[in-house]
Amino acid sequence: MSIWLDATSRVLVQGMTGSEGRKHTARMIASGTRIVGGVTPGKGGQGVTFEERPVPVFDSVGEAKAATGANVSVVFVPPAHTRAAVLEAIDADLDLVVVITEGVPVADTAEFVTNSLRRGHTRLIGPNCPGLISPGKSNVGIIPATISGPGRIGLVSKSGTLTYQMMYELRDIGFSTAVGIGGDPITGTTHIDALAAFEADPGTDCVVLIGEIGGDAEERAADYIAANMTKPVVGYVAGFTAPVGRTMGHAGAIVTGSSGTALAKKVALEAAGVRVGRTPSETAALMREIVASLAQAG
Amino acid sequence: MDLYEYQARDLFEAHGVPVLRGITATTPAEAAAAAAEIGTPVVVVKAQVKTGGRGKAGGVKLARSPEEAAARAAEILGLDISGHTVRTVMVAEGADIEAEYYFSLLLDRASRSYLAICSVEGGVDIETLARSRPEALARVPVDPLVGLDAAKAAEIVAAAGFAEADRAEVARVLVLLGEVYRANDATLVEVNPLVKTRQGRIVALDGKVTLDGNSAFRHDWAGYADEASDDPLEVWARSRQLNYVKLDGSVGVIGNGAGLVMSTLDVVAKAGAGLPGQPRPANFLDIGGGASAEVMANGLEIILSDPQVRSVFVNVFGGITACSEVARGIIDALAMLGEKATKPIVVRLDGNAVDIGRHMLAEAAHPLVTMADTMDEAARRAAELAAGN
Repeated sequence: MSIWLDATSRVLVQGMTGSEGRKHTARMIASGTRIVGGVTPGKGGQGVTFEERPVPVFDSVGEAKAATGANVSVVFVPPAHTRAAVLEAIDADLDLVVVITEGVPVADTAEFVTNSLRRGHTRLIGPNCPGLISPGKSNVGIIPATISGPGRIGLVSKSGTLTYQMMYELRDIGFSTAVGIGGDPITGTTHIDALAAFEADPGTDCVVLIGEIGGDAEERAADYIAANMTKPVVGYVAGFTAPVGRTMGHAGAIVTGSSGTALAKKVALEAAGVRVGRTPSETAALMREIVASLAQAG
Repeated sequence: MDLYEYQARDLFEAHGVPVLRGITATTPAEAAAAAAEIGTPVVVVKAQVKTGGRGKAGGVKLARSPEEAAARAAEILGLDISGHTVRTVMVAEGADIEAEYYFSLLLDRASRSYLAICSVEGGVDIETLARSRPEALARVPVDPLVGLDAAKAAEIVAAAGFAEADRAEVARVLVLLGEVYRANDATLVEVNPLVKTRQGRIVALDGKVTLDGNSAFRHDWAGYADEASDDPLEVWARSRQLNYVKLDGSVGVIGNGAGLVMSTLDVVAKAGAGLPGQPRPANFLDIGGGASAEVMANGLEIILSDPQVRSVFVNVFGGITACSEVARGIIDALAMLGEKATKPIVVRLDGNAVDIGRHMLAEAAHPLVTMADTMDEAARRAAELAAGN
């Protein structure tokens, strides 16, 4: 089992005809994802061929869904057009929309996130995220499929490369699903959403939660874990050395005044019973202990 | 991106928000001319810095003549306020204040929406007020799909407890401030204080505006470029589209992906904590997802030209980035820099094409470059090299 994405997921690529979209579509197909179509307004009917495999292109998400039975889309369109592309996918009631694009105006994100929550059907992930992978089943976004195979650890992270690093450290154990929720101030999916899904997923035994400076999503995740999680969670927080008031790469990674510090997040997680590693490898070691004790108990 | 007070004032004025006259000056003579042009019996000379606490630091002073304005400007210009050097003052009309209020509209990450905060007790440090008397602040969610309209403004002024007689005019000003927020892709519009003058006018006396950098493509923000106050290495890095933040340590750091680089800084600081001089990271530098050899070369060049740097840690997990590209970037950069490259470089590569990348570095056998198998080990070696003589 896995969360949100499995072998039956039928995936559209919005912006497939652009250079990023084309490159990553090829990678997704190579890792076994069922890519059923692309969407680029004005280029409907053109089609793109990947390794002798033609993929049809449609003018709109609605048309593409009707023709292919797609239930998932991944968005690679540039920031100026992301808002329209995502609203279109929400209107078409896709189950899952994954927004990879970095640099989306936060007002646009606030609008499409609010829209998806009110309409109540589509799960939105991102923007500014690496996507998600259920190893061996499907891979939507830009996470390399070769890092780790399937297993029973769930992973949720704001950061792409820390997702890769942690999957690499625990590649011999494997993952049910790894989700990169993105580093923007507002994201469609939160740590809590992923924790709730992993808690409910019979294919997941334990969860790695990776956070970073900025906002209070990790603190709220800690409250959620204390109240709702029965599966063990280990945590890692990046940014202890980040200076106040500076954006560290991700638009949302900023300590403002005394809020959003890595220390506050670590303290909150530990108070909720989460063991927090000081480095990625220490975090992986904590997870190994948990996996070993689960194996003994089970 | 934060604006200076005078830029916020100009933006407010452009949207019809009532403000007082204000003219910027960078010399005492300009301040005198500004005071003469404003012509009120009292003017206020205000330091233009992007940090709080300027009143306490002596950055805000009254003047009763152009000569006094020049003298006050001479005292304020060049002042260091929390690490920010004052290069500009604003000479503003003096206000006859009857009451001070607080208003802000901001992006609320927790609710993934907008939030208005308003109080009839303004002019104080708002974080202090929020801690000591949270009930004095009205917090009203603002729907991103609707914005701050007249109905919402009426709700805010009622919640904040404004006197009946003032509510209509304050609400009118709040709608205009909401328009400043929306039309300029702001993530914060703060007015502290919003005042009522003895003549009964509602005026935004001091404003703070933060704009969303991601929205720059749909605005003309060239006038807000602020290189004078930045670190020269940061300016250089920005001109090459590198995501670089200067820190104060001695271990230069290059990595790919914001999260991994933040993590690298922490691992370096941890490794350095037990060593002589406790070496810490010298910078944040994220060369991004699909970093090419050229980007790596630019990054290394910037880090090696930081005189505080004593060793360099290159930490790359090749997801999309191929480690072979990274290795080629390191080799090319060192060839290009030649004699100028004098600092030891510890490289940790993993992921996509790692075997080729490691092999390339081993073949090149540059005397400055050593390889490490793990992130922790590489951090320890880089920290030791920075600590040694």
